[in-house]
Amino acid sequence: MAAFETHDYDVVVMGSGGSGLRAAIAAAEAGAKTAVVCKCLLGKAHTVMAEGGLAAALGNVAPEDSWSQHFQDTMFGGKYLNNWRMAELHAKEAPDRARELEHWGAIFDRTPDKKMSQRAFGGHTYKRLVHIGDRTGLELIRTLQDKTVHSAVDVFMETEITRLIQDGERVVGAYGFKKQTGEQIAFTSKSLIIATGGGGRIYKITSNSHDCTGDGYALAYDAGAELLDMEFIQFHPTGMVYPPGVAGLLVTEAVRGEGGLLRNSLGERFMEKYDPKRMELSTRDVVARSIYTEVKEGRGTEHGGAFLDVSHLDADYVKRKLPSMYDQFYELAGVDITKEPMQVGPTCHYFMGGVKVGADDGRTRIPGLYATGEASGGMNGSNRLGGNSLGDLLVFGRRAGIDAAAEATKLEPIKLPKDAVDEAVNELTGYLTGKGTENPYQLHKDLQKVMGDGVGIFRDKEGLSTAISQLDDLAERGANVKSPSERLDYNPGWQLCREVRNMITVAQAIAKAALMREESRGGHSRLDHAYYDDYWSEHNIVVDHEQGEMVLKAIPVAKKDDLAGLIEARKEQEKAA
Amino acid sequence: MSETLHAGGTRTFQIWRGDMTDGKLVEYTLELEAGMVVLDAVLEIQRSQEPDLAVRWNCKAAKCGSCSAEINGKPRLMCKTRIDHLPEDQPIVVEPMRAFPLIRDLVTDVSWNYEVNKKIPPFTPRDDLPEGDYLMGQAEVDRIGEFRKCIECFLCQDVCHILRDHRMMDKYYGPRFMVRMASLDMHPLDGLDRLDQLADDGGIGLCNITKCCTEVCPEGIHITDNAIIPMKERVVDHRYDPVLKIFNRGGQKGRKKPDAA
Repeated sequence: MAAFETHDYDVVVMGSGGSGLRAAIAAAEAGAKTAVVCKCLLGKAHTVMAEGGLAAALGNVAPEDSWSQHFQDTMFGGKYLNNWRMAELHAKEAPDRARELEHWGAIFDRTPDKKMSQRAFGGHTYKRLVHIGDRTGLELIRTLQDKTVHSAVDVFMETEITRLIQDGERVVGAYGFKKQTGEQIAFTSKSLIIATGGGGRIYKITSNSHDCTGDGYALAYDAGAELLDMEFIQFHPTGMVYPPGVAGLLVTEAVRGEGGLLRNSLGERFMEKYDPKRMELSTRDVVARSIYTEVKEGRGTEHGGAFLDVSHLDADYVKRKLPSMYDQFYELAGVDITKEPMQVGPTCHYFMGGVKVGADDGRTRIPGLYATGEASGGMNGSNRLGGNSLGDLLVFGRRAGIDAAAEATKLEPIKLPKDAVDEAVNELTGYLTGKGTENPYQLHKDLQKVMGDGVGIFRDKEGLSTAISQLDDLAERGANVKSPSERLDYNPGWQLCREVRNMITVAQAIAKAALMREESRGGHSRLDHAYYDDYWSEHNIVVDHEQGEMVLKAIPVAKKDDLAGLIEARKEQEKAA
Repeated sequence: MSETLHAGGTRTFQIWRGDMTDGKLVEYTLELEAGMVVLDAVLEIQRSQEPDLAVRWNCKAAKCGSCSAEINGKPRLMCKTRIDHLPEDQPIVVEPMRAFPLIRDLVTDVSWNYEVNKKIPPFTPRDDLPEGDYLMGQAEVDRIGEFRKCIECFLCQDVCHILRDHRMMDKYYGPRFMVRMASLDMHPLDGLDRLDQLADDGGIGLCNITKCCTEVCPEGIHITDNAIIPMKERVVDHRYDPVLKIFNRGGQKGRKKPDAA
């Protein structure tokens, strides 16, 4: 059996993105012995890709803004499937989290009276997004990174977790390996927080980073936690479509926020047909479907997208407000966006669903296991508004960290059960030196094809059923996966073995939930059920286990009496419009 | 626009394979797609020819700064280097950053940088700030905003001859952390006097302004002109200006020494 080192902590956080770092800072502040375990180097997590900003009802630009307005916008954006309490907490606490970042050294663009400036974004009634140019995520991650470095947090970089260790039902630790050397490593945790972000790599066309393989969903599910709302995938309307090497790369919504216009190959501003009131700043699901429809009906650009144009704006303004977009198109596509239009199309961007958690504390139903950020579900309902992710990470990362630390103080030191560790060791070692014959790279490629063909932006019963049976085959092949190389040090094939199995589990949850939801809503569009359904407007889908099988059930939306008035008022307002 | 992109064709790559003990350039050929960047090629070689080729990458969008390497001898991000912008008549040589210890193939051990960062005291607000929201002007934000664009790819550290050739890791923080210190030192609300650290432990005096760091910065940060030179001038004023000494203004008004913080 492989030798491994064991590290003991009160709180172990998986993931070093915004939610993971915020959780770790909170846990350490509360006095817990805290570790962050992440696959990448510190400061490289997918949060750096967030461009547009952080939605917080500060009212610096629009004094009439309020938490209740932000709550209503979030609920409307999520088509009322959000967990009401989560949307409430987010709207109420995001302003403090934004101020706190500034107190930790972050800088944001300013108003003329020297406060944090706020920009318009799709689905937000008022100018609400705190931002710095189009690199707000980098600012957030760098600020949290520096705060973490000067907190009592140990960071295990380039460390892959392949299994959660349980003692009975309770999660008591995690097992994995250090990528640089291949040495195996175990952690004991009194509380373990899943902050692993999304799983966009199950699709070929995605804005997601290499590391976004949905590990947290699969590990939590395998440990007995439930997944929620997995059918809702946000296809960001504007990804690059050309050249092929960058297809899927994000083009920030801030381009439209700053006045960018969408046109088809006939030169028409086609959003007039789909959402004449909000036009380019309609919610992401609507804009993505509109672009897709234009292309499908033959009005796309030469490379199968729509034109997105800022060339009518002042060139210096564009370079100042959208500097990374200017660079990205200039360097990678040879396009000067101040002079000519971009070509854009939908790209898999964000998972609304995730591990089902308590709204106030991020607890899953498994003792000792928490989830937060994109890895958790509920906050965003069926569709997330742009700018609501960064606030989500901070608000709920902090809450999970605080509760995880409090929980840890109640527990005696942990000892890892030998059987569970042996299983983890055998699994991991098996990927390297076992008898498997399946190549993980090939499996990943096949998975992306299945998801693109059957579980993309538009879905129907036939395509989903086919995909589900193909995914079952892939899952079987996944059980027989083995790294093409037996090297220990920095072996990417070894890493991919467990990741591809995680991705298949996540894909199964998505496809099955998508088949069950017979309606179209937010990030789930059924060609064979094109409209809202009354039953489904009141229900979420939970992915659960029964005797080792994946089972799905519908549960009523988590409501809260004191918020019903706000919801009704918003619904009335929409009807009137 | 896109018509200017070269489509297809076969190119030869020489990729450095090996670890600290031994290694060499190994040749690979690859059929290209239009608009490929060097990272696309390396990953395709990894997928189809060399499954254990070690390479570090994450966002593939020039935002995370993971895939730093030396391409045809120049420190660059692999994800931001278009193959059709490289000379067609020679192989494309891809090597790891040479200033840092090698882990394997294209992956280096950059942990020294994280150790340096720990030595820099974080943003510490001034004592005299009024209650309520922080107030800053856009111009003040823009000035340090340039430094905050840094993606920590460490290419500037790789090319800095004080680190790369003279190996003075114990005497100079390197350009990345001069930029980091500039973002704090020029922060309008920061309350620490960081000049002693810059001069002593940070070793700013060792920089002799060859501007190699500025040249390789993928974010276009004017590292030398906007971060290092202004701070060098202030260190000189602070330490050696006889007039300022007479007026006993050695420190920075409103800022306290780190140890008093």
